[in-house]
Amino acid sequence: MGHSVKRKEDLRFIQGKGNYVDDVNLPGMVYGQVVRSPYAHARINSINTEKAKAVPGVLAVITGEDLAKANLAWMPTLSYDKQMVLATGKVLFQSQEVAFVVAEDRYIAADAAELVEVDYEELPVLVDPNKALDSGAPLVREDREQKNNHIFHWEVGNREATEQVFQSAEVRASVKAFFPRCHPAPLETCGCVADFSRATGRLTVYLTSQAPHAHRTVLALVGGIPENNIRVISPDIGGGFGNKVPVYPGYVCAVVASLTLGVPVKWIETRSENLQSTGFARDYHMMAEIASDRDGRMKALRVKTLADHGAFNATAQPTKFPAGLFSICTGSYEYAQAFCEVDGVYTNKAPGGVAYRCSFRVTEAAYLIERVVDVLALELKMDPAELRLKNFIPEDKFPYKSSLGWTYDSGNYEGAMKLALDRIGYQELRKEQAEKRKKGELMGIGISSFTEIVGAGPSHDFDILGIKMFDSCEIRVHPTGKAMARMGTKSQGQGHETTYAQIVAQELGIPAGDVTIEEGDTDTAPYGLGTYASRSTPTSGAATAVAARKIRDKAKKIAAYLLECNENDLEWEPGKFFVKGAPSKSKTIQDIAFAAYTNFPPGMEPGLEAVDYYDPPNLTFPFGTYICVVDIDQGTGEVKVRRFLAVDDCGNIINPMIVEGQIHGGLTEGLAIAFMQQIDYDESGNVQGGSFMDYLLPTAVETPHWETDKTCTPCPHHPFGAKGVGESPNVGSPAAFVNAVVDALSHLGVKHIDMPITPWKVWKVLQEKGVAA
Amino acid sequence: MAKKQLITVKVNGREREAAVEARLLLVHFIRESLQLTGTHIGCDTSHCGACTVVLNGKTVKSCTMFAVQADGGEILTVEGLASSAGQLHALQEGFKQEHGLQCGFCTPGMLMSSYALLHSNPNPSEEEIRWGISGNLCRCTGYQNIVSAVQHAAAKMAKAGSEANLAEGVAK
Amino acid sequence: MIPPTFEYLRPKTIPEAITLLQQHGEDAKILSGGQSLIPMMKLRLARPGYLIDINRISGLSYIKEEGGFLKIGGLTREAELEASPLIREKYPILIDTAQVIADPQVRNLATVAGNLAHGDPANDHPATMRALGAQVVATGAGGERIIPIEEFFLSLFSTALEPGEILTEIRIPLPPPRSGGAYFKLERKVGDFATAAVAAQMTLDGKGVVNKVGIGLTNVGPTPIRAQKAEDFLRGKKLDEANMRQAAQLAADEAQPSSDLRGPAEYKKGLIKELTKRALARAAERAAK
Repeated sequence: MGHSVKRKEDLRFIQGKGNYVDDVNLPGMVYGQVVRSPYAHARINSINTEKAKAVPGVLAVITGEDLAKANLAWMPTLSYDKQMVLATGKVLFQSQEVAFVVAEDRYIAADAAELVEVDYEELPVLVDPNKALDSGAPLVREDREQKNNHIFHWEVGNREATEQVFQSAEVRASVKAFFPRCHPAPLETCGCVADFSRATGRLTVYLTSQAPHAHRTVLALVGGIPENNIRVISPDIGGGFGNKVPVYPGYVCAVVASLTLGVPVKWIETRSENLQSTGFARDYHMMAEIASDRDGRMKALRVKTLADHGAFNATAQPTKFPAGLFSICTGSYEYAQAFCEVDGVYTNKAPGGVAYRCSFRVTEAAYLIERVVDVLALELKMDPAELRLKNFIPEDKFPYKSSLGWTYDSGNYEGAMKLALDRIGYQELRKEQAEKRKKGELMGIGISSFTEIVGAGPSHDFDILGIKMFDSCEIRVHPTGKAMARMGTKSQGQGHETTYAQIVAQELGIPAGDVTIEEGDTDTAPYGLGTYASRSTPTSGAATAVAARKIRDKAKKIAAYLLECNENDLEWEPGKFFVKGAPSKSKTIQDIAFAAYTNFPPGMEPGLEAVDYYDPPNLTFPFGTYICVVDIDQGTGEVKVRRFLAVDDCGNIINPMIVEGQIHGGLTEGLAIAFMQQIDYDESGNVQGGSFMDYLLPTAVETPHWETDKTCTPCPHHPFGAKGVGESPNVGSPAAFVNAVVDALSHLGVKHIDMPITPWKVWKVLQEKGVAA
Repeated sequence: MAKKQLITVKVNGREREAAVEARLLLVHFIRESLQLTGTHIGCDTSHCGACTVVLNGKTVKSCTMFAVQADGGEILTVEGLASSAGQLHALQEGFKQEHGLQCGFCTPGMLMSSYALLHSNPNPSEEEIRWGISGNLCRCTGYQNIVSAVQHAAAKMAKAGSEANLAEGVAK
Repeated sequence: MIPPTFEYLRPKTIPEAITLLQQHGEDAKILSGGQSLIPMMKLRLARPGYLIDINRISGLSYIKEEGGFLKIGGLTREAELEASPLIREKYPILIDTAQVIADPQVRNLATVAGNLAHGDPANDHPATMRALGAQVVATGAGGERIIPIEEFFLSLFSTALEPGEILTEIRIPLPPPRSGGAYFKLERKVGDFATAAVAAQMTLDGKGVVNKVGIGLTNVGPTPIRAQKAEDFLRGKKLDEANMRQAAQLAADEAQPSSDLRGPAEYKKGLIKELTKRALARAAERAAK
């Protein structure tokens, strides 16, 4: 561990030999295509499938009515709501699934899909979540008992005590910050091949899934198929970012079609379908307020949020936390009192909410706190770095219990900040800014000192649909000293085939090259909750270490037997046990492995393997300081990122090269979110930004060069002190970008600009302030 | 049955023949008729470049062409980069050494665009590399290590080129 | 994602192509680069019954100076323009323009002629050709017809090409000495259409006074706009800060942008003003060389 071992999985990818779901080709396979609603809210008067069915090569056209007969028109979501698989009665968002055409090939399916005739009657549309709770607002969900658009109210902290502090506060600063709806858009869209075999009675589903076991269980519950007769295989996944956690109607339709037809059915969505109907991210309308004294000592935090969930509550949230881990919004700071409340509402938009590397709403929280702290700094006329340093939770206070109930494991916020300030040359930059301001030029420096919360999660607090959020590892060592390990997580590019092998190498001394890692096949891998929310290293990584240590314990006994000594006389160094004081009397792990099959102590169970299901005792809290420097083109409003430095602390690192790659990727996503991405709806509920024409992904030209650095504050409760890091760059960077732009304009009275900060938004501000070129 | 026409295309050095509908997209021809699934589909508006292949010496987005247009032509896909003996191309080596991929989905397209770039510009600057791959989207890497991978390959190819010249010179 | 069916025809000569066009009328479309047409077919927004692939017709791909004109053949690809030493040296405005069209892969197939023939005011070459005072050659059953660029763009997606005509050549009058041009485009990201863009081409006299000037505006109206008032103002004047600023304002006033996802109309007008300044300054720089 700690070495930048090159990745084993690369070999197949660089040769074009990856095995993604659309690469799966089974004999007799047919193709499905979804027919979608053009309207955001409409009654379905009738659906006529005759013309479609008559197209040669069409095998079936399934509607909601057909599914209803098998009680499958609706399915449960991962948040205890239900969602229509195929619409019955009415459609609730543009692009909603209305019918499923199955044909011999994709081309025929596309032709037939056009011929499905649906008679719609448009209904009034609700797109503004702020109006969702007005009397007279269109009712999105007629199926619920509660006849309004309110999904949940959730609160944490002490409302009254917090209010008291605000009453007597010397200074109050607040911000209304919108985190726009955006979409993770992994380069591979979602899809599956559902293969029900009439010969074996088993259903195999090749699935773009970040959580194959959870999906298997849900399919069993939804489809009424015995779970032992379902096999979910997540082969290579072309990026997940949370997009591949929910169960989508296309999957269920493909399964139903395969069960009905007895042949494999492939369904792969197009990019437009992906953007318009699969799990979006964010859409949080937030307000934060800080109470502080005149010297900048923050006393209390108050947060109120309206969450737009779309037509179904299809977020994947731990049961107790309908707003996820949003209450990490106290961030890196001490607040004597805090209060946070979130209300979720339905609108006529696509369902989702938890995605795009957000660790269960942590991106929203981190953005909010880092924005409002900057607003306070402006109010106090204090340097934003200085304000933060003044209020950081000091290192010696960890484990730290926040006023919103989280126990932060460890942190050294000052260390990361100071390193960042030093490396970026902060003082010189402030001087440069002052000089530029005299000349009327606009330059900004934005800081984000985020703390995030990952590794869900301990069983006393965390479950999804009741299933606790442990994770697992099973290791088997072969007679010749090589090993195979399987986990309940599922990599979508994070490099698990390499990093997990490095853990085993560290713990057992078997070279990483000798350890094969497998994930994703529910027939063979131990049960786990999958990979998202940066949870793999904290959960399965831990399980891997613990399982390896179980093997090491047994290996010690075998070594003692082989060396004819007492276990207590033995010492371990990676790869071998040796007698204390007599290092030449040793046995390598390879010797021991062989002995486990050929020469083991009488009475001992043969073999050398172990499994561990790891229930983490707590979450982990990676953190960091990001600093962004921008220059504004006063003629066009374009913002140029001159420099971006990310100092991350994720505790002990398995593979620095892989961590750095994650940071680059996440920062690029944060850049896109801050400056160019939004899925918006017009007042009729028509989606704007429903294809790559208008939903913008940065190319190599827009993406700046990222500078990275690190500090290391190990996690005290993790077997090897690691915290996980995949989501940190997307969590911490949007605030850094926005803070930088606002900082460039703050001397003109600008306090806040909502994302995406497009050139025209900046231009508008420049015009208003009279500083356009 | 839909009307089909016969086309012949040389793919990775091999003559391939198939009867295809006129509307069959080149990417589907490659992935399904030829079963070369290294070329990927990432969008439906010709933006992402995951489908990039080299046709008659130039990179094209195979999702924005019909297979019939390639009739009589020559295609190179990612599967044709390594030598027939399995020796990886310098670019493939570069991507591995420099961690220029994570999920691998954009990688074949990136390799083909880089291949064409280095062919016309053997010693590109960072800026030129970024422009050269501006038709290929990546969500995982932030492009930085892809740039390093291409630079790695350029250096390797230049070295091999000069070594070959040297060897040639010695042989003479 | 999947286009509807069509008949594929591959003529070997221009006369053959024209005959096919006449035969099938409205139901036929020319396939050259296909980088605008095929995406529309995949979205099923365009549904031609016949595609006439002209890519194999020889003799249509050239860049040459002849008879007082720079002549660009109807099948010349954007990438060929970018790589041409002649264009790089003498017509940098065309490099500016070609370079910002889509991305490298698209430019390998997309043709300059197609960029004009599609009739999309969001395309980049139209404004540049207007600034250059170009002409296009339309070849039909009756032979060749020369259409000045001023008369070429009729309305949104509609050009002066008759059904049965193919755009076979673009002609740009050889610029006199002390000429220079530039194209400035603002896009949301590489590969996007212009939020707004400006092409400026000028000829100066020995004293730095503007003799000839052409200013074309991209994507701020139903057709590419020629900023004539701005041109009239500049003609005969020295190109100083104040004059450039005023010309830029006049150009912005002539723009008729609509608000859309790329930005509000007032922003696009503001951009036209700013980009006109930059294009004029760069054109003047190049003219002075």
